Amino acid sequence: MNKKKVVKIIAAALCAVLVLVLALWFLQRLLTPKYIDKNEEGLLVKEYYDYAGGNDVLFIGDCEVYSNFSPVRLWQEYGITSAIRGSPQQLIWHSYYMLEDTLRYETPKVVVFNVLSMKYGEPQSEAYNRLALDGMKWSSVKLRAVKASMTEEESLLSYVFPLLRFHSRWSDLRSEDLKYFFNTRQLSHNGYVMRIDVQPVDYIPRAEPLADYSFADTCWEYLDKMKDLCEKNGIQLVLIKAPTLMPHWYDEWDEQIVKYASDNGLCYVNTLPIAESEIGIDYTADTFDAGQHLNLSGAEKLSSWFGAYLKANTALPNHRGEADLELKWSEKIDRYYEMADAQAAQLERDGKLSGYWGD
Amino acid sequence: MPFVSFGFIAFLAALMLLYYLVPKRFQWMMLLAFSIFFYCFAGWTSLIFMAVTILTTYFAGAVIGRMAEARDSYIKEQGAAMDRDAKKAYKAKVKKRTYLILSLCLIVNLGMLAVIKYTDFGISIVNGIFRTNIGYLRFILPLGISFYIFQSMGYIIDVYRGKYAPEKNFARFALFVSFFPQLLQGPISRFDELSQTLYGPHDFDYQNFAKGAWRVVWGFFKKVVIADRLVTAVITLSGEPDVYKGVYVVALVLFYAIQLYADFTGGIDITIGVAQMLGIKVAENFDRPFFSLNVTEYWRRWHITMGTWFKDYIFYPLSVSPKMLKISKWSREKLGQAIGKRVPVYLSTIIVWFATGLWHGAAWNFIVWGLLNCLVIIVSQELSPLYQRFHKKFRFSNTKGYNVFQMFRTFWLMGFIRVLDVYRDVPGTFRQVGTIFTTANWGDLFNGSFLELGLGWQDFAVVLAGCAAMLTVSILQNKGQVRDRLMARPPVVRYALLIAAVCLIMVFGAYGIGYDSGAFIYTRF
Amino acid sequence: MEELLNILKDIHADVDYDTCTTLIDDGILDSFDIISIITEVSSEFDVQIPANEIVPENFNSAAALWKLIEKLLDE
Repeated sequence: MNKKKVVKIIAAALCAVLVLVLALWFLQRLLTPKYIDKNEEGLLVKEYYDYAGGNDVLFIGDCEVYSNFSPVRLWQEYGITSAIRGSPQQLIWHSYYMLEDTLRYETPKVVVFNVLSMKYGEPQSEAYNRLALDGMKWSSVKLRAVKASMTEEESLLSYVFPLLRFHSRWSDLRSEDLKYFFNTRQLSHNGYVMRIDVQPVDYIPRAEPLADYSFADTCWEYLDKMKDLCEKNGIQLVLIKAPTLMPHWYDEWDEQIVKYASDNGLCYVNTLPIAESEIGIDYTADTFDAGQHLNLSGAEKLSSWFGAYLKANTALPNHRGEADLELKWSEKIDRYYEMADAQAAQLERDGKLSGYWGD
Repeated sequence: MPFVSFGFIAFLAALMLLYYLVPKRFQWMMLLAFSIFFYCFAGWTSLIFMAVTILTTYFAGAVIGRMAEARDSYIKEQGAAMDRDAKKAYKAKVKKRTYLILSLCLIVNLGMLAVIKYTDFGISIVNGIFRTNIGYLRFILPLGISFYIFQSMGYIIDVYRGKYAPEKNFARFALFVSFFPQLLQGPISRFDELSQTLYGPHDFDYQNFAKGAWRVVWGFFKKVVIADRLVTAVITLSGEPDVYKGVYVVALVLFYAIQLYADFTGGIDITIGVAQMLGIKVAENFDRPFFSLNVTEYWRRWHITMGTWFKDYIFYPLSVSPKMLKISKWSREKLGQAIGKRVPVYLSTIIVWFATGLWHGAAWNFIVWGLLNCLVIIVSQELSPLYQRFHKKFRFSNTKGYNVFQMFRTFWLMGFIRVLDVYRDVPGTFRQVGTIFTTANWGDLFNGSFLELGLGWQDFAVVLAGCAAMLTVSILQNKGQVRDRLMARPPVVRYALLIAAVCLIMVFGAYGIGYDSGAFIYTRF
Repeated sequence: MEELLNILKDIHADVDYDTCTTLIDDGILDSFDIISIITEVSSEFDVQIPANEIVPENFNSAAALWKLIEKLLDE
């Protein structure tokens, strides 16, 4: 073979590799779920990067944070800037890495961690790993997060190339996969997922006694790590249990958290006992799925109360009146009420909600 | 390390790069290092068994070789002084000693294989007959042991027979036994053939490399897109025999035939393709077996290297052994010409098929599978005069249409015998096949019941398209290698096809965790 | 040679053994035939064809087979 021919072969091969990479990228983009018509919570983690920066408070945890706390309301009433990094059934190691990842963009003054996930010492489902981790931007933090979270059947490579995970969606492709190939829709309001419909609590299943109430060692380790990371960065860590009735929060669990908080000088508040009396939650009107999650009205009540709690227990400034922030938040407020109106309209028209955007 | 894994692809990429970068005289050492590395993934204990085979076979070969050399030079020196009988006697004396070495080597290796593979089967038989309760040993079968032991035994027998001189270099011999592409499922290579290209040196040959790569891609397609998808239905159907009777048994025969073909030939395509990319020629193991007109032909075209191994090292030596000739003589005298003539051949055939069955696995289903194959072969041998008369009398029997009928018949016959593999229960298999005649559920073909087997209609569509692709390629091969014609196309066409093939495999391959959007649902509206 | 041709004719009557040199390559003789031939040869000529001589080159034509028999007789 002469030199010219070799160069030609190499050039052709390189071109082919390039086209192949492009084709695979296209397929990956096409086949990865868009989370628009279905499983919308898959959008949450990625959306954070749109509102990263300038948040004094960071909420981390599962649906008990993203369904129950409204940053808009905290801003309106207390001038508190806040962001939520929640995802469906977020486990404590997810939350920890969520915090580490956030620190790459901003250092909040207060971190609020919802303690429900202390009950899970093991990964519950591969799907929730994807919902928590796929949206995270790549960094050494994500690498560690993936390694810490993977179930046995998963591979690191499938996080680097989600095509490997989602390739079999070819039989499940829908029009949204083309429509949202390049763009997406904004679901949350600084991480808050809005639902305005009502499904009252009609019955609370009896909580079966457990054989063992102690939390898993892994959970305690991550809680320690979270506490240490906050300390190192001068962040005040606040623990909270949101006032949703299911899954049941056992007194035995609560005692362990109370002890941990007092041992470590942390604020902890369990809102369940004071939900009706102090916060004013009405379980016949303030939940959209019979007590698992609060709806908009419930979230606003809780946020009003929690804003006051934060004012009393932390040293958060009131940013109201700061021109640039007022401008930024007024846009968020507009979007917030637009979505509430759209949902109300759909509810009126169809009698039920079929999506968060009300369309 | 399985072929279908990203680890293997990375392994290949690293090997190819180094193989063509190092000085050519080191290429085979690179191969040896990578082969050992490959095998290490199966656990270091497996490596011990392979080491035993390599060491015993190498030294046995070397000793036999030296004895033969000494014999030849002695005869040469003494040449004139020895008469024919003296030479004969001397040769016989040496042969006795080489035979001893050969036997030792065979006993150690086949004994090792027997102990690991068959002890538990033996125990189960003993327990069954004597109602004892001996505990099972549950050895873990080292990766590829049946293949590399057979390959090594072929080598030592050839050396004993003086077919070729033994390999002198220990490391080179180790590579012959451990050459990684053929470790998982063969082919069972012959030393005189493989050694011609195994040790190089090899210049990078673009044509050869590209053709090898195409074959690897084709192998992945067959394995990942067709076999690994269809295997779900095979497992479902064979897992619940009480539920899946009648038409489902017919479906299982068909599905398993396709799955096994795609998986096995796909794996061999990867093996031979990888070797070709390295400039090494590995023996073909399949010649489009489903085009066979009869069972004998099928076994010449399916798992070829195993068939020829049994033929060369068991069937022929057995049937021409002095003992067998004696039996033949005796039976001719006592049973008459017609029967007597058949005795040695059929006896050897039965023994070979029994061994073939046993080689496939230590279980009754494999033995019965082997003997059923044997039965079909013997019956068709007996009927062959009848067939010949039939073919002479009826001219349609030479038409293409009749040939297709013969292929169809052979395909299903072999298919039904093959389902013994998946039911793994001899009476159960016969019961299941019986239900085809007693269970009238052919309507299930059309009422959607087949979509409950773990595969959706989309999956069946993919399998169907894959089968169409395999059939097309097989038919095209009538006119020579498809890849030759492909390589004659302009590079743009070739690369476009290659890219499309890789994308097809990536998307339609059945690997990883299947997507079920239901698992992702958290809150429902 | 005559006896050998008789043996071969017994197995396949319709083959022209004088000209055919692809008995194995064209699949005219299968392994059953080969064993029958070897058995017959051993009783007819009192010579044993060992397994390692069962290769296509030795069985592709009647002439080749005859050469093999002569060689074995000579040893």
